Amino acid sequence: MHYDVIVIGGGHAGCEAARASAALGAKTALATHSIDTIGVMSCNPAIGGLGKGHLVREIDALDGLMARVADRSGIQFRMLNRRKGPAVRGPRTQSDRKLYREAMQAEIKSVEGLSILEGEVIDLSQDSSGAINGITLTDGTAIKCGAVVLTTGTFLRGLIHIGDKRFPAGRMGEKASTLLADRLAGLNVPLGRLKTGTPPRLDGRTINWDILEKQSADEELVPFSTMTNEIRVPQIDCGITRTTPATHNLIRENLKRSAMYSGNISGTGPRYCPSVEDKIVKFGDRDGHQIFLEPEGLDDHTVYPNGISTSLPEDVQWAMMKTISGLENAQILQPGYAIEYDHVDPKALDQSLNLIGTAGLYLAGQINGTTGYEEAAAQGLVAGINAAHFVGQKAPVHFSRTSSYIGVMIDDLTSRGVSEPYRMFTSRAEYRLSLRIDNADMRLSPLAIELGLASPDRAAHYNDVNGRLNAARDYLKSQTLTPQEAAKHGISLNMDGVRRSGYDLLSYASIELSDLIRVWPDLKQFDSDSLNRLAIEAHYAVYMDRQKADIESVLRDENLLIPEDTEFDKIAGLSNELRNKLNARQPKSIAEAQRIEGMTPAGIALIIAQVRKQQRSAA
Amino acid sequence: MDTIVALSSGSLPSGVAIIRISGPKASKAVTALGAQITKPRQASLQTFYDPDGSVIDEGLVLWFPSPHSFTGEDVVELQTHGSRAVVAGILDVLSAYDGVRHAEAGEFARRAFTNGKIDLTEAEGLADLIDAETTAQRKVAQYLATGGLKELYKGWQDQLLNARAMIEADIDFADEDDVPGSVADQVWQDMAALQRSISHHLEGYDRSERIRDGFKISLVGKPNVGKSSLLNALAGSDRAIVSSEAGTTRDVVEVRMDIAGYLVLLSDTAGIREQAGAVEAEGIRRSIVSAEQADLVLYLSDDDNWDHDLIGKNSNVITIRSKADLGKLTPTDEEAIHVSVNDSASLLRILDMLSLRIKEELDRSRAGSAIKSRYIDHLHQCLKDIKLAIESEDALELRAEHLRAAAYSLGRITGQYDTEDVLGRIFSSFCIGK
Repeated sequence: MHYDVIVIGGGHAGCEAARASAALGAKTALATHSIDTIGVMSCNPAIGGLGKGHLVREIDALDGLMARVADRSGIQFRMLNRRKGPAVRGPRTQSDRKLYREAMQAEIKSVEGLSILEGEVIDLSQDSSGAINGITLTDGTAIKCGAVVLTTGTFLRGLIHIGDKRFPAGRMGEKASTLLADRLAGLNVPLGRLKTGTPPRLDGRTINWDILEKQSADEELVPFSTMTNEIRVPQIDCGITRTTPATHNLIRENLKRSAMYSGNISGTGPRYCPSVEDKIVKFGDRDGHQIFLEPEGLDDHTVYPNGISTSLPEDVQWAMMKTISGLENAQILQPGYAIEYDHVDPKALDQSLNLIGTAGLYLAGQINGTTGYEEAAAQGLVAGINAAHFVGQKAPVHFSRTSSYIGVMIDDLTSRGVSEPYRMFTSRAEYRLSLRIDNADMRLSPLAIELGLASPDRAAHYNDVNGRLNAARDYLKSQTLTPQEAAKHGISLNMDGVRRSGYDLLSYASIELSDLIRVWPDLKQFDSDSLNRLAIEAHYAVYMDRQKADIESVLRDENLLIPEDTEFDKIAGLSNELRNKLNARQPKSIAEAQRIEGMTPAGIALIIAQVRKQQRSAA
Repeated sequence: MDTIVALSSGSLPSGVAIIRISGPKASKAVTALGAQITKPRQASLQTFYDPDGSVIDEGLVLWFPSPHSFTGEDVVELQTHGSRAVVAGILDVLSAYDGVRHAEAGEFARRAFTNGKIDLTEAEGLADLIDAETTAQRKVAQYLATGGLKELYKGWQDQLLNARAMIEADIDFADEDDVPGSVADQVWQDMAALQRSISHHLEGYDRSERIRDGFKISLVGKPNVGKSSLLNALAGSDRAIVSSEAGTTRDVVEVRMDIAGYLVLLSDTAGIREQAGAVEAEGIRRSIVSAEQADLVLYLSDDDNWDHDLIGKNSNVITIRSKADLGKLTPTDEEAIHVSVNDSASLLRILDMLSLRIKEELDRSRAGSAIKSRYIDHLHQCLKDIKLAIESEDALELRAEHLRAAAYSLGRITGQYDTEDVLGRIFSSFCIGK
């Protein structure tokens, strides 16, 4: 048996990797413990958010799966930051676990050229040059392949902590993949250890919903995928409650029994997703911490209490419920726990997510030190594309941080590494004003079409949207009026006699689309989606000019690569401080070197000179 | 790509100064001076005006369209008279033009390099050039450190970091209970205060530094060795108190003078001696500080007892044997220059020597002063962005963009911080994680 690409793991990274690889024509297999676990949401059943929602839109623009699966399983769609500008809005939904899993499994099974291998992969094989050439299953079956995408999530030497209880595991009830971890150790891959946690799951039938504050879905449901016309899944409410002084006292009294505070955990946890113990220790002065009670499905009575992730012993978790309004009688279905796991230092990867030095091995998802389904899926897409290109002997595909959140993430990971589980935020994107959810398809679908990643439907849809948008833009730019003419329509402008186009007017905060339709009734011939997109585009247009110059210079610097063997110590004129930082960081491009704290323009010029010198003497 | 401008000829004042402008706006920027480009690579004589209509100077304009120029970009070179006022005036007008800024150290060279205009052999020279500029930067960094400016700038950077963290928290964690709905009010008050601080600082710079920026010479010596007499003789006026009673000059007296075209600040310090009274002790402390900060120390003695502890850590010293006419001269006193304020020839010798030393020193620190004016540029840019952020009625993410730009400008002086620092500040201020 031989495959071009084998994807190990059927989580969010694995599914996207498998689809992308198969779509590019590589004969692909998805290897998973069990077909039933494909598309399982291991933690909080929600998709999107700020930054994360941007990633989902980008995955969609590249014809990935996550957006449309979320659209078919979302039970509480909300657009976050609705009152702020369009560049920082983020779509989010809670998902019905079962609907999500079913929709994802249906997608995966329908991908042409994709086979599913059920079984545990325990080893990878390499040829004499060290390149990956196959995998081995538990039963000893060896399967040959041209490339492997490894997406094993928390399964690498996972260790669960509940109070003073510890046991090795992946997710609750699943085995940890320790043999693969040993193989990775054999490849001399630099590993790090992280931790994350999850709250206890509650039985929704034992929660007193009537006394709780509610949060509902938006009235207008905005889908993730531009291919989704309408959300058909019924929407539900979440409950909101808070921890109390009694909760805080209980936690303080039992702090030493928490795995987090007993010294048993060595991994670093995320600062933005602290355990409830952490919250009390660090922010104990607050009178309470909010808890969102999120139903895990339409016909599932499991409730995810978002905000009280914990590694306290089970008896304390039960006692804690009694101190919280609405949860006094709540039954715990599964206790909360902390999990420690190994991850690969992503600085060992190149921008295509290939493990440097091991041809044909690609890593994606939580194994690279990230957290979150969206981050995992986006990496899976990048790794899947590049594994297929590697086998097809095509050039790697890189995503720049100037044109996508995907690029921001890949660049952050491979150039800076991680010190806590990495999650996307909009503040990580320097070019946030141009990397918007409304233009994700305009930014990335052309690439998907060019690569062959987009289905014919997707390509046709993009061309249609793009055509309508261009027509509306051309029209708006061709129509002009003077301030005097504008005044006749009730639009007041600076009386400078300058003719302004409809597009110019749209960039004024005080002028609405409806004002323009009054001036040019012909605008009604264009669809509202195109006009809304143009309004956003025009709104940021002034800022784009400024960013454009920045982006050009970053792109130039990204293309100026620093060879691996560059000896920073030999560069005359660099301060010792900068030399040390360069040696520690080993930047792969001038753009990366530029971002090193304290780097000076003169230092950059010296590095460029050194690189050019090495290139000349090598030639 | 920004358009950059800098003086690219030697020390001022000089016969001719060459100002180079490189980048896409090079040809447009000169119109701010009332000048314009003509035929490529041909000199044309034009008049340069200040925006207020007054004439700055007359000079040559040379136009080198891309790619046939030093940097490979559009380049305009102006040849003007080499006076400080003319060059400063022209640089001020050009750098105020939208999209034009002062060049960074080595930036012309870097652009030439990037555009393939410098080859390998020249690259070695480039490293030397940038190395020299880096040394000059270090000098400025030391100046900043001693002046307490570094702390000041770091403090501002911290205020900006804080403001950005509050705003980013509002954007990225809007759905978090612990992030108050509008953290902005507090932020804008802080930013208005920061705006005032930076404005005040820049005004101070304009008043003191720009006017007083000159070559500092400190006269040092025991009491009553004739420092004030020498100062008066050199300055040609009675600016300092002259007295034969020891210890009359208790503070530092400063005289501005012109030596061979250079602005020189000559300061007369309190006579340094042991067992001084309290008031005088303060004067003496100041005189040692003055000596240490001087570009050059003139150390006077009327006998052969040279005590080098008196001049602090400054190694740039000329020893002068004063009162040569009072007959205290001995044959062993060969290293020192002999002077008598009653002997005009000995005064001229000193002046010749001073102008030589000043020229050498200023040539060395020219790059340094250019960097200093870049700092001012960055501060002006930072101030402009803070102002835009405060006054903007746009959405929060646009105001955040101005603050990011402001922090970036300040970071060009103090070193940049990145998103991790902003996130760190957010996570330590708010309990994030619902």
